[in-house]
Amino acid sequence: MITTMEEKPHVPAAPRKRKLPGWAIGMVGVAGAIALLSITSMQTGFPQLTSSGTTQTAVRLALPILLAGLGGLWAERAGVVNIGLEGMMIMGTWGAAWAGYQWGPWAALVAAVVFGALGGLLHAIATVTFGVNHIVSGVAINLLGAGLTKYLSTLVFQPLSHNPRQSPPVTPFETYSAAGLADWLGELEAGQRLFISDVAGILRGLVTGVSPLTMLTILLVPLSYYLLWRTRFGLRLRSVGENPYAADSLGVKVYFHKYVAVIVSGGLAGLGGAALVLNPGQLSYLEGQTGGRGFIGLAAMIFGNWRPGGLLGGAALFGYADGLQLRSGGDTVLALVYGVVLLLGVIVVWQLIRRKWFSAAAAIAVAVLLYLLYISLDEIPGEFVSYAPHMVTLAVLAVASQRLRMPAADGLVYRRG
Amino acid sequence: MGHLRGKLLPPALAIVFSMLLCGVALVISGANPLSAFGAMATQVGKGTTFVDILNSTGIYYIAALAVAIGFQMNLFNIGVEGQYRVAAVIAAVVGGSIALPPGIHTLVIIIVAAIAGAAWAAIPAILKVTRGVNEVISTIMMNGLAIGLSAYLIRRDVFGELRGNNIRTPEIPESGWMPGITFGGAGTMFGFIFVAIALGVGYWIMMNRTRFGFELRASGESSTAASAGGVNAKKMVLVAMLLSGAIAGLISLPEMLGRDHTFSLNFTAGIGFSGIAIALLGRNHPGGIAFGALLWAFLDKSGLALDNVGVPREIVTIMQGSIVLSVVVAYEVVRRFELAAEQRRVGRELGTVPEVAA
Repeated sequence: MITTMEEKPHVPAAPRKRKLPGWAIGMVGVAGAIALLSITSMQTGFPQLTSSGTTQTAVRLALPILLAGLGGLWAERAGVVNIGLEGMMIMGTWGAAWAGYQWGPWAALVAAVVFGALGGLLHAIATVTFGVNHIVSGVAINLLGAGLTKYLSTLVFQPLSHNPRQSPPVTPFETYSAAGLADWLGELEAGQRLFISDVAGILRGLVTGVSPLTMLTILLVPLSYYLLWRTRFGLRLRSVGENPYAADSLGVKVYFHKYVAVIVSGGLAGLGGAALVLNPGQLSYLEGQTGGRGFIGLAAMIFGNWRPGGLLGGAALFGYADGLQLRSGGDTVLALVYGVVLLLGVIVVWQLIRRKWFSAAAAIAVAVLLYLLYISLDEIPGEFVSYAPHMVTLAVLAVASQRLRMPAADGLVYRRG
Repeated sequence: MGHLRGKLLPPALAIVFSMLLCGVALVISGANPLSAFGAMATQVGKGTTFVDILNSTGIYYIAALAVAIGFQMNLFNIGVEGQYRVAAVIAAVVGGSIALPPGIHTLVIIIVAAIAGAAWAAIPAILKVTRGVNEVISTIMMNGLAIGLSAYLIRRDVFGELRGNNIRTPEIPESGWMPGITFGGAGTMFGFIFVAIALGVGYWIMMNRTRFGFELRASGESSTAASAGGVNAKKMVLVAMLLSGAIAGLISLPEMLGRDHTFSLNFTAGIGFSGIAIALLGRNHPGGIAFGALLWAFLDKSGLALDNVGVPREIVTIMQGSIVLSVVVAYEVVRRFELAAEQRRVGRELGTVPEVAA
């Protein structure tokens, strides 16, 4: 550590990292990811890796994860750990289906937010007012959310759909496509040229079949960033998550900000539930529909180091792995392993330049292991692909848990006075 | 007496509150709460319900013990759910593929299940002590992976076989079963219930009469004080987690050894999360947990009667959820109340009454 500190003036590469703004790092990351996928799809012969269909599915699957993750971000930035996201999401799915089959998709969104926010309110009452352990309250809310929706759907949906586990079908959003642009991109995609076709495929997936909910969700990321990092309210909210006692001494209303944060968190998780219900593939409430996506949203947030940009990256990654599996099956996902090996190759070179011998050696070892896996298997069993987010999260935590920085007072019970 | 009141009052309040809440919910949905609760109470005497409740109590009891070991030192093993699932599928595969004399066969299955559960818990434990990874997140992730692993292992090209509409592992031969106590038409009690009772006794002895139990509780009360007293925090985390996982591994055995003899798609999921709720309800005390497990089992099995009176039986899940949430709130309120009373008492005895009780 000390040697690198001393060498800093001589190496121009190290300080540059600080100078780049966050969005620029993001752009470089996106470009790098596309380049990596492009090379991988060429080398392995799987054009599906960057096809518009895969991208479209990935976006649909990433939405609930992204929304749950944003929910986690809001709560944890105010110092409240929200394991109850899953339960709030389940309540959101019920609310969305209940309002959706009667009054259409916009009502579904509103109801989902309200139902999720109710779950958030409950979590806030338990953790903020009564000082219950955050994990305990979250687990209880997950139980309660699942029970409540089961009860309500037996009561309300069964007479209509003749199935206590499913709601009547919901009217979907109209989707929009940039027709001219999509056609032009389609031609480019069909051209099978390295990188250009891949970029075109991904862009085409992004501009085809876009629902208002997709746009709303994507907008919520910069909006959350703006509110939490660029406004007075956001500064206060985050100060409550870093050091509530100091915030209180400066006159910040700690309880109020925590309440707002957790209720917004529940609302966002509920909206994530609506994204599941309004998914063109399902279009109804189904028991067990969330399938742990609230937890994956939490994982995406941790992957993104409690920041909106990183969270977006995490959600995109997890949604992409899921979408690829759904569209193309396990052999295509195996091609991704090849991509990871390439990525590790880049990391090894980078670490060697920075003279981090140990990290380089570790990266080489992992790369070799993954390459052996790649050449010895025909496909990744579908059972595991769905759980790729879990494995990635464990790996990220194991490698980088010391570098991740969560809000300092996250999960601690605060009592006024 | 006041001490006991502080312990018994919160659960009683929580149960009454939850019953009221569910009663209101029933009235709103147009049902008569009294007839619903009455139907649940009379259901106990009917058919196999009583024995079913006992069996279910045993299963929940094991789950809650597994959770409680972690809770004693503020270690949140949310992963009991995944640990018992992995243990169940591995124990079923091993038990179904070996041939041993009766007794020994059963014992081997039990040991395999415990080891498998501990091994699954070892991953988050090692991540925590070596890399400082929060066990809540890692065990949640392990729960997801456990579903994937069990689904993979019972694939027909791996260990599974197709029976009717169900995919399951090969059946465990009769030498590996554990006999139960049959009550004729009233059902059969799982033999494993006695193991659950023994585990409860063992848990009490370990917590109250051994050095390990003392160190565990000390770490839970104050980890800094415990370290100052020479307790190795990392070792405690590792041992507590492995022990918790090993007990979690046994959760599915009452059903597997006594009734199902296989791991199939009909696997009873969610017991790990119920275990968390029951451990909270019982405050990690073996007696309290037994009461909580009995309550949970009663709600589960008697709830079946609600369908007969036209009430969705899912109301009991709401009741369970609201019981656990209101009990933790009630414990916290009572704790604060007692703390304030204590401060007043100290103030009186010292002759200085504090202006504001914190």
